[in-house]
Amino acid sequence: MSRRVAIIGVGWYGFRPVVEEASFREMMFEAAARAYEDAGGINPRTDVDAFASCQEDFWEGIAIADEFAPEPIGGTLKPVFTTPGDGLQCVANAYMMIKTGQFDVVTVESHAKPSDIINMHDVMLFAMDPITVRAINTPNYHALAAMEAQAYMNRYNVPREALAYVVVKDKRNALYNERASYGANLTIDEVLNAPYAVSPLTKLDIAPFADAAVVVVLASEDVARRYTDTPVWVDGIHWITEDPSLEFHNWEFPVHTMKAAEAAYKMAGIQDPIKELHFAEVDNRYSFKELQFIEALKLASPGEAHKLLLEGAFDRDGLFPVNPSGGALGEGVPLEVHGLARLVDAVLQLRGEAGRIQLSRAEKAVVHSWRGVPTTTSAVAVISR
Amino acid sequence: MSRNIYVKHRPAVIGAGLTLFRRRMLETPKELAWIAAKQALDEAGLTLKDIDCVVIGSAPDTFDGVHMKGEYLADGAGGVGKPTMRVFVGGATGVMVPIAAWWHVASGHCKTVLAVAEEKMSSADIPHPQAVFRYIWDPVTEVPLQPNLIWIFAMEMHRYMYKCGVKKEDIALVSVKNKRNALDHPAAQVAANITVDDVLKSEVLVWPVQLLDISPVSDGAAAFVVASEDVARRQTDTPVWIDGVGWALDTTSWTNRDLAFPEYANVAAQMAYRMAGITNPRREIDVAEVYDPFDYKELHHMEGLGLAKKCEAPKLTKEGVTQRTVTYQ
Repeated sequence: MSRRVAIIGVGWYGFRPVVEEASFREMMFEAAARAYEDAGGINPRTDVDAFASCQEDFWEGIAIADEFAPEPIGGTLKPVFTTPGDGLQCVANAYMMIKTGQFDVVTVESHAKPSDIINMHDVMLFAMDPITVRAINTPNYHALAAMEAQAYMNRYNVPREALAYVVVKDKRNALYNERASYGANLTIDEVLNAPYAVSPLTKLDIAPFADAAVVVVLASEDVARRYTDTPVWVDGIHWITEDPSLEFHNWEFPVHTMKAAEAAYKMAGIQDPIKELHFAEVDNRYSFKELQFIEALKLASPGEAHKLLLEGAFDRDGLFPVNPSGGALGEGVPLEVHGLARLVDAVLQLRGEAGRIQLSRAEKAVVHSWRGVPTTTSAVAVISR
Repeated sequence: MSRNIYVKHRPAVIGAGLTLFRRRMLETPKELAWIAAKQALDEAGLTLKDIDCVVIGSAPDTFDGVHMKGEYLADGAGGVGKPTMRVFVGGATGVMVPIAAWWHVASGHCKTVLAVAEEKMSSADIPHPQAVFRYIWDPVTEVPLQPNLIWIFAMEMHRYMYKCGVKKEDIALVSVKNKRNALDHPAAQVAANITVDDVLKSEVLVWPVQLLDISPVSDGAAAFVVASEDVARRQTDTPVWIDGVGWALDTTSWTNRDLAFPEYANVAAQMAYRMAGITNPRREIDVAEVYDPFDYKELHHMEGLGLAKKCEAPKLTKEGVTQRTVTYQ
């Protein structure tokens, strides 16, 4: 008995630099209420078997923050647990739980209010090894990404223009996305001439933060058919942690993403992703990361993504649209919600409900997330309608 | 929820490991995780190469003092280059780890899972790791009151004593029993031969909680290898099957909880029993390891797990039913 797993409802709230009118719990509630309505008006108290929340204590400013998960999503006195990881990892948990045959409907939640964090730099220092790396006291944690960017650009001769092209493309895509606060009509020169945040990255190469909450409802095939006419299937999903030691991970290429993609493609029976898939929503919290991840997801050969990019292949109306939503450069980085944000964008595309960013051909997609520096953890999902 | 007792890929525990539990271990959190992981692998007769997936469990990041602790622990827990997933449900995290490992295997996604739980409390905060618990409250309604974790437990203990008519000396029996049981456990931190009187005369922390009613600050790690049936049969003649799992979270607002009865434990137990096909836990279960961060919590949780009727656990304890030497009827 191999039951397929479907996404039957999505709900979101926020995606603004500052959500002032709602607490993080109210944001969770708003997103959950919308997701349950979207899933055919299900009642979480009776119809949902388990709940997965993706959040990190330090982001929340609360120790044991997982205890705050149940109420806003309807999970009190029900099986609720937290994975301190990206929202897409919670989707992976929900996928496995449904596959066991013991759960029919599982809710996935993630929320973030980075606007509440007044000492982001110190929080990031705490993410580094307390003995070997934290003591270096990196003045700007984006430097870790900048070094990766430099290594990648050197290795594959990637020009800065390609990075700037990513920024221009994604921020322009974002102009049509109702969730995106950071859409802009820029030129390549404007990006190239912006002052460096950390060389070779300008401020425009780095995605800003956003407050957001996303709730996704997953169900087994037979149950999904009961609630919705437009299920979106999870054909494959996998996640990989490469190496937590900065010293030992590959600085030139995101091996974690490649390994996660290989496994997810295998599950989904995908041989030639660029031919069999129609678009991708990938992490782009740094402009160069979009290029790296395009290659790691096997949508281009290593070192070739920038050439295809500059030919327009990954534009919204190109051969293979990447981040038609604008991704994190357009929507901002809502911490662990990031993967679910990418997923929501892809789900709406597959359902034909993406509004002004709707692609003409959207039946099968790959969704990717990365947890940002200093992590080497990626999750990859293949979804189809 | 559909209930089938036999999932397709039946998960079994085929190896386990445990570090010493001590007030202040010198190993780093990564090293503690690896000591336990290596023991579990050795017992299972496997190496890291044979492990498909890794599950990590650790409670608040503030204890170890590392943000994204799951990422930090990944290499110590054997997760380099592997699908590594951390789970976190407060104090219950330790049991959530094998539960998550269960669904990794039962789903068919992984054949072998290394499940590692680690906590190094001693490195947290000055003067005492207890200070971490200043940050567990609702930031708007509770933090301004500057509550202390033991307050909640004190109120719960009080409520339980009042509702069930339990005396302090009945509850102290749990501490006496468990500390004595621990004398034979090589990893135990606070094994002791004490009397009820010792507990009653120990320092009052928050009445009615006294020093010997409560578990101490501790560093340590534990690990399992969980494998699907075919691997389990190949590796060992004595697999331990995971027949049922269950968990639940009660409301965040402790003021809205039933303090006298652990509803969350009851919901979780019902789920696990249903999955395992257990209809009469008192008859069908031979031995129980329940969470006892405070001595009264063992009684509380026995009742939640249906191993005693409501308010009956102190009586069973007094009668010696929960002693190691007695067969549970």
